[in-house]
Amino acid sequence: MTAQMVENFLQAMFAGLTVGSIYGLMCVGLALIFGVMRVINFAQGDFMMLGMYAAYYFFAALGVQAVFGSILGPYVAAVLAGPVLFCVGYLVHKTLIGRVSGTRAQVEGEGHFAQLILTLGISLVVQSAGLIAFGSILVSVRTPLSSSAWELGPLWGDLISIFINKSRGIAALLSVATIVALAMLIGRSRLGKSLRAAADNPEAATYMGIDVDHAHRIAFALGISVTGIAGGLLATNYPFHPYVGLEYVIIMYAGVVLGGLGSIIGPFWGGMTIGLVQQLSTLVLPTQLQNTAIFVVFLLIVFFMPQGFFGRVVERT
Amino acid sequence: MPALRSLAPFFVFAAGYAVIALAVTNSYYQLMMTLVLVWASFGLSWNVLSGYTGLVSFGHAAFFGIGAYTTALGQIHFDLSPWLLIPIAAVLGGIAGLLIGFPTFRLRGVYFALAMLAYPLALLYVFEWLGYQEVTLPMKRETPLAYMQFADHRVYTLLALAMLAVIVLLTRMVEQSRFGMALLAIKQNEAAAEAAGIDTLKWKLYAITLSGAIAGAVGAFYAVVLLVVTPVSVFGMLVSAQALTVTLFGGVGTVWGPVIGAAILIPTAEILHAELGHIIPGIQGVIFGLAIVILILVAPEGMFWKVRDFLYRRWPSLVTPAGAFTVAADAGGPCTRAGAAMPLWPTRPETGEAILSVRGLSKSFGGLKAVQGVSFDVAAGTILGIIGPNGAGKTTVFNLLNGFLAPDAGQILLDGRNMVGRRPHELCEAGAGRTFQIMRPFARMSVADNVVVGAYVRARTDPEARQHAADAISRVGLGDYADRLAGELTTRELRLMELARALAGRPRILLLDETLAGLGHNEAEELIGIIRKLAQDGITIVIIEHTMQAMVRLVDRFVVLDHGAVLLEGTPETVTRDPRVIEAYLGKKWTAYAQS
Repeated sequence: MTAQMVENFLQAMFAGLTVGSIYGLMCVGLALIFGVMRVINFAQGDFMMLGMYAAYYFFAALGVQAVFGSILGPYVAAVLAGPVLFCVGYLVHKTLIGRVSGTRAQVEGEGHFAQLILTLGISLVVQSAGLIAFGSILVSVRTPLSSSAWELGPLWGDLISIFINKSRGIAALLSVATIVALAMLIGRSRLGKSLRAAADNPEAATYMGIDVDHAHRIAFALGISVTGIAGGLLATNYPFHPYVGLEYVIIMYAGVVLGGLGSIIGPFWGGMTIGLVQQLSTLVLPTQLQNTAIFVVFLLIVFFMPQGFFGRVVERT
Repeated sequence: MPALRSLAPFFVFAAGYAVIALAVTNSYYQLMMTLVLVWASFGLSWNVLSGYTGLVSFGHAAFFGIGAYTTALGQIHFDLSPWLLIPIAAVLGGIAGLLIGFPTFRLRGVYFALAMLAYPLALLYVFEWLGYQEVTLPMKRETPLAYMQFADHRVYTLLALAMLAVIVLLTRMVEQSRFGMALLAIKQNEAAAEAAGIDTLKWKLYAITLSGAIAGAVGAFYAVVLLVVTPVSVFGMLVSAQALTVTLFGGVGTVWGPVIGAAILIPTAEILHAELGHIIPGIQGVIFGLAIVILILVAPEGMFWKVRDFLYRRWPSLVTPAGAFTVAADAGGPCTRAGAAMPLWPTRPETGEAILSVRGLSKSFGGLKAVQGVSFDVAAGTILGIIGPNGAGKTTVFNLLNGFLAPDAGQILLDGRNMVGRRPHELCEAGAGRTFQIMRPFARMSVADNVVVGAYVRARTDPEARQHAADAISRVGLGDYADRLAGELTTRELRLMELARALAGRPRILLLDETLAGLGHNEAEELIGIIRKLAQDGITIVIIEHTMQAMVRLVDRFVVLDHGAVLLEGTPETVTRDPRVIEAYLGKKWTAYAQS
């Protein structure tokens, strides 16, 4: 009985850690946009869906499977989704988002309204166009790894062994690698500095010769591309359809708010927390209430730590 | 009632709509006619909270869904009629609003919006888990009237029209009362609203309660019309998004916005779906989405405002200037008022007695001791100047005095009562008004309306508030500007308007934060004259400045701050001669020159 419970707990925890890493990557992508531009992007989930389909077509139709095989192929395809989504994000910001945000934003309140409804409109267009282009059938990127697992144990005598799905494990490692790369880019490079400056104080950044609108465009494109990679990694484990974005956009926002703005790594831990809460809640709650548990934890943290785990207090009177 | 009079255009619209609805025989289009009104009503409920306060709610589906399930489950389990259940749904929606608002209003901006997102989604899964995946309202063929189940669908359209009329009337009443003014003030500048004596939390709670009640009723009616309720169709994110979309498309913060938005968007979406949906599934979403995107790029505040601005440019006389009130600019000038029977200021305080005492006030930000152990008294009817170089802690002292900041230690005694820990609006109520160094006008309201907001703290009725506002405006000599938008004013006019806004609350002590900053010599002289006049009328004044010239001729006493502590206190003569003051301002090496 006890051993069984410990095993279930550990199993759920490892499942939470692996899926949480991918959620974390999604959240980092969103946080880049939200943190630098202060724009609530409702279409983030739909861009992630584009990342999933990009990975799918790279793998199945554009020869990645043929060149890299079924084991390595899906991950190569997921990474390739990044640059594609970067271009998509760059164009969307240049043609649409940039017109109502950044230095061209309206007075405080009204500007937010315009950004909101704009991203809602974009979300609708992307979803529906996705339906036309990709059809409504559930698809997934197939890899033999998703049906095999590493076994940890037997531990504690012979009583406990934990299985980690290989495909999810690799996806989790790749997520972490992507975040490390991104953190280095933001932390070390000149580009990163200009992004942080634009996020911190757009006006002062402008005076220092930083093109804030350009910084926003890069942040938006980079955020979309990171979330797109997360989508590509998720595609190897979960079947998807053009409307899948809606399910994840809420998880992303919960993760970002949990992690707090102002750091790259914060939202990752936020997404990780969401993954853990989601998986661990299955131990005590019926599966249908999994997402309710996420929202309750989300609300609790928002109330008691409105700046999130890693956020800074930036509000002034 | 002014709310009723301004509704003439709405009744014309409603009559026209009813005629069209009665002419439609196709049941599909009949349903569409009803749904346009349902979503317009839902948009209006969202507008009451988010349109007027600027706090975006992504969670209005929570109230809508509670309403819908109230009718469905109430009819199934208790056999109650929708005629009764819709009001019950409104009450439950209002309670939900209050319960959600109370904790959630601690959050601001995007955090508020995102937290609101969580409520309907959490409820969605709870209702799924409870087994209410698809609840069908029981058919009552024998008593259709009692259970609101009409064979002729046009009756629903008429009912929806009646419901919309009630909601429009409610919204109009809110808009034109102190409730609406408070919400508008909160939207434009919450801090300034607090300082002007508005209990922002209270009004926000009223707004979310009313908004939740309306949304609950609309959701309840929706369930009656469609007869089937599923968690996704009433709690889903698209429901919340619908409220946002119709309102933002039509125009935020106006009764017309949601009505226009729903009347255009709902039929467009439905017709696209019916005509194109089976040919290319998804094409209607693309067109609909593109329409929204293009409209927002062209008219970021929604159609109503775009059209209004266009009309205003072409035919200015057609459109009345923004603002709910127009104050008669000449209502009792300073001279006529002097002879009035009612004294303007309740009691002229005895000079000499301390009205405000500050004892050992301290505040640190992290390691920075912004204010340390500051003590001083302000005698009633006098002018106290707080001076000091930049960064001396002057504005922090003010923020502590009017409750924006809570001190780490010390006491603030207003008439002997300790005011530490009180919120700004409570201090304003207790008689301490203030202005801001960086001006905080409600930019999109007229000067008169800006000042009316400040008057509510003392005035019990709207006419009284308008009277107080008109008095205050003429006292500062802004009578000719009463109808101008605050956003169009010059620095001098804004300073005067802020002064009038503070005066409208009939303060006994007025805190002026660098009121002379950014003014030319003559303008500063004008203001000094006005301030001196106020002091003669019996208002105690505390004024911050970092320049001393003008102050020397204005104030009775000085408190000199340096590095957060009181350097010196005394009359202008002693202070200007003190070497420590000269040193603090100019540095050590100038002390000798200055004294020679």
